[in-house]
Amino acid sequence: MSRSLAASPPTADLRVEAGDIHVNLTGRWRITAPSPKWHKTIKGQSAGRVIIHAENLAAWDSSLVLFVSEASNWCRAAGVYCDQKSLPAAVRDLVTQLEDKTQHPVPTGRTPDFLTLVGIATTDCWDKAKQYSNFVGECVLSSIYLTRHPLKFRWRDSLAEMQRCGAMALPITGLIALLVGVILAYSGAIILRPFGGDIWVADLVGVTMTREMGAMMTAIVVAGRTGASFAAEIGNMRANEEIDALETLGIRPVNFLVIPRIVALGVMMPLLTLYANALGIFGGMMIAWCLLDIPPPAYWVEMLTIVDTSDLMTGIIKATIFGAIIGLSGCLRGLQAERSASGVGQATTSAVVTAILLIIVFDALFAVVFNILGW
Amino acid sequence: MSDLSPTSSPVIVATDLSCGYGGKAIIEKLNFEVKSAEIFFVIGGSGCGKSTLLRHLIGLHSPITGDIKICGESFATADANRRRDLLKNFGVLYQGSALWSSLTLKENITLPLEEYTDLSRRDRDQLARLKLAQVGLTGYHDYYPSEISGGMKKRAGLARALALDPGIVFFDEPSAGLDPITSRELDELILQIRDTLGTTCVIVSHELASIFDIGDRLILLDKEARTIIAEGPPRELIASNPDRRVQAFLKRRDRPA
Repeated sequence: MSRSLAASPPTADLRVEAGDIHVNLTGRWRITAPSPKWHKTIKGQSAGRVIIHAENLAAWDSSLVLFVSEASNWCRAAGVYCDQKSLPAAVRDLVTQLEDKTQHPVPTGRTPDFLTLVGIATTDCWDKAKQYSNFVGECVLSSIYLTRHPLKFRWRDSLAEMQRCGAMALPITGLIALLVGVILAYSGAIILRPFGGDIWVADLVGVTMTREMGAMMTAIVVAGRTGASFAAEIGNMRANEEIDALETLGIRPVNFLVIPRIVALGVMMPLLTLYANALGIFGGMMIAWCLLDIPPPAYWVEMLTIVDTSDLMTGIIKATIFGAIIGLSGCLRGLQAERSASGVGQATTSAVVTAILLIIVFDALFAVVFNILGW
Repeated sequence: MSDLSPTSSPVIVATDLSCGYGGKAIIEKLNFEVKSAEIFFVIGGSGCGKSTLLRHLIGLHSPITGDIKICGESFATADANRRRDLLKNFGVLYQGSALWSSLTLKENITLPLEEYTDLSRRDRDQLARLKLAQVGLTGYHDYYPSEISGGMKKRAGLARALALDPGIVFFDEPSAGLDPITSRELDELILQIRDTLGTTCVIVSHELASIFDIGDRLILLDKEARTIIAEGPPRELIASNPDRRVQAFLKRRDRPA
């Protein structure tokens, strides 16, 4: 203890008498303070016997146990008898426990074998895909049920989520969209200017924002912001047994927690995308005006020659689907979270990764489908 | 640390202590002492301030008024470096064990050893296994907290609390969430650690069985009085303290079938 640390530091004094090594242990042995080490104490010595004296020992802890254990091991290796009789019985017991070679690790069930890990990862992927499709099915059934029983739907929760994932996401979504518009206009100007096609920057920014980047960038921002929040919130509820409480009351967690969130995102994502489109086009317009001397009215008129309702609609359809993907991924990973702090962290990461992966995959699918449909 | 010539001076002294949050006292005018190698219980009904007192004793909050001396030194007024030194003198077993979930049991125990000692990795690993063996978890060093049961988590939490061989170990509701048999085993373990290592144990609890089985002395806090209403060995209190509240608390029994 503190008062004793400075009082009498631990020592291990060695003297040789009649071929025997006598080690005199004194002072207060403390694991958090420097203490003698056996290999330094015994350096270069050999003996018939090692006799440990602990009559002047004031206090001891694990540091002494380690010292005696090392001494005992040294004696065993040198074939020398080690007399520990004067040590407190508890020290001898702990030394015996420390040296117990029969301590076998209890198998953990985890395996480091590479091939097994690959196998586990593969089946894990397959299981996750199945779980995702099951979850989608469960959500569809819940949606049908809630459409038939609209009073059972958690309108208040859903409106609160709309505010959280929609209105409160306006600043970050707007900033990202504005910068994307600026980047597109800059990049477009570099390519189009040598051909005298400065004005087509308006077409490039307009079409790209409305068909692709508006929905895509909004979805990525919302996946990182709202999808992660859904997973963390529901994961914590799982850890606190709140989900179990819902289930034991006969309330389906999907009805109570998932559908209100998916509806909120399904409503807010198209609106956020329209807002992102507007700011992206505005960003492009500013660059065209400042850098290419294209006045805003000319930019606007040129853009309207190419961007039509079908472009806006493709963006909105994508945004709605992306919203559902983000909601599904966030809620599913939250519901699957392990009941621990690291489980919630993993669920959050997994929710964002799953959502972004699926958004990109679905965007590619949309590109093919819209092309076939001629939209 | 086991002291071979223990002094009779108390290891914890609370003087005119008022504890609470945001300047608002929940319990006040507390005066008590905990002797070396004693199993000392802090008991009382829900909301009486047991856990608040514990959080102040382990330095998570500063007292509103009064002082706490650990081994003769004021924890509340000590500077940051001294506090760090004093922290080595006690371990805490939290109600939920508070094991770091991303670390194995061995890593949970070696972390304080890495922080406060100059032991080699081999010695740290050896000590971690010894601590786990001491609490009956031989061979579980590579397990993560999520892979073991609630009772095992408590044991592992105790092994971590003992990592630096502290002179004092604080227990927050050690029996919470445990079945009577596991709870009894934990009591035996606490007793064994006190007897082997001479550790002072301060236990916040309202488990009567534990209090009478292993407790040397106790203080009883009362929600209405907002202070200590009884202090002493549990059996003496039940035999000789006439206070109705003390008798009601210590004589409560399970409802007969």
